[in-house]
Amino acid sequence: MSPIKKLACIAKDCVACGRCVKECPVGAISVYKGLYAAVDKNKCIGCGKCVKACPAGVIELMAREAETA
Amino acid sequence: MKKHWYDYLWIFSSVYLALGFFNILFAWIGLICFITPLLISIIRGSKVYCNKYCGRGQLFELLGGKLGLSRKKMPPKFLRSKWFRYGFLTFFMAMFLLMIYNTYLVFCGTTLKEAVTLLWIFKLPWQWTNTSFVSPWIAQFAFGFYGVMLTSTVLGLVTMILFKPRSWCVYCPMGTMTQGICKIKHRKAACGGANHVGNSAE
Repeated sequence: MSPIKKLACIAKDCVACGRCVKECPVGAISVYKGLYAAVDKNKCIGCGKCVKACPAGVIELMAREAETA
Repeated sequence: MKKHWYDYLWIFSSVYLALGFFNILFAWIGLICFITPLLISIIRGSKVYCNKYCGRGQLFELLGGKLGLSRKKMPPKFLRSKWFRYGFLTFFMAMFLLMIYNTYLVFCGTTLKEAVTLLWIFKLPWQWTNTSFVSPWIAQFAFGFYGVMLTSTVLGLVTMILFKPRSWCVYCPMGTMTQGICKIKHRKAACGGANHVGNSAE
């Protein structure tokens, strides 16, 4: 199990502006085919910087267990 | 973090807005900001223009983020709703077509209106620029197009102050349109083929 407890999760109404991509310190987020931002859960450290940066407010931090369950 | 040339495109956006005050004909340069994102989304099927090259977004980021002019509050949920985004795009395009029609009327002989329309209502007198060396319809398009650019900048600045720096990106008509084009281009992925919540992009 990952020692990192949190994971950024992006809701469906993401506008794909790419603001979170710029903010992510570990390069865990990328914009998928201009449709939405996608988080690489193996890279995400759950720092929450993307949550603060997202202008649409569609990113939230969730417990890893809850997300993977 | 290493800076790229495209990280300075906010200068282009600022200079563009300033140039319009010196001579309205510079407004034509703004077509780059309309055509480039459309071409990128149509040809490459991506929103890389919004993600990297949008000077306006960078300007809002600078003013609202680094200069602290934004309240950095969460924008209301309706702003990101499909109805609002596509509704605003429709309204924006209708106004754009009206502007094209006005250009056509001037092309057909109607008198040139030397005014910039702000927020679709307010007519700002703009007689100080010399447009006598071009056809009236070229000047009319410049007045209309600069009005579109100024209106979107003002709206962007208001939502930047009230909410997060790049709140404009949430309902930007160009962003909505390019995302719509990407959805059409990548139909399978857009129809829930990929669960992007917490998944990596492949």
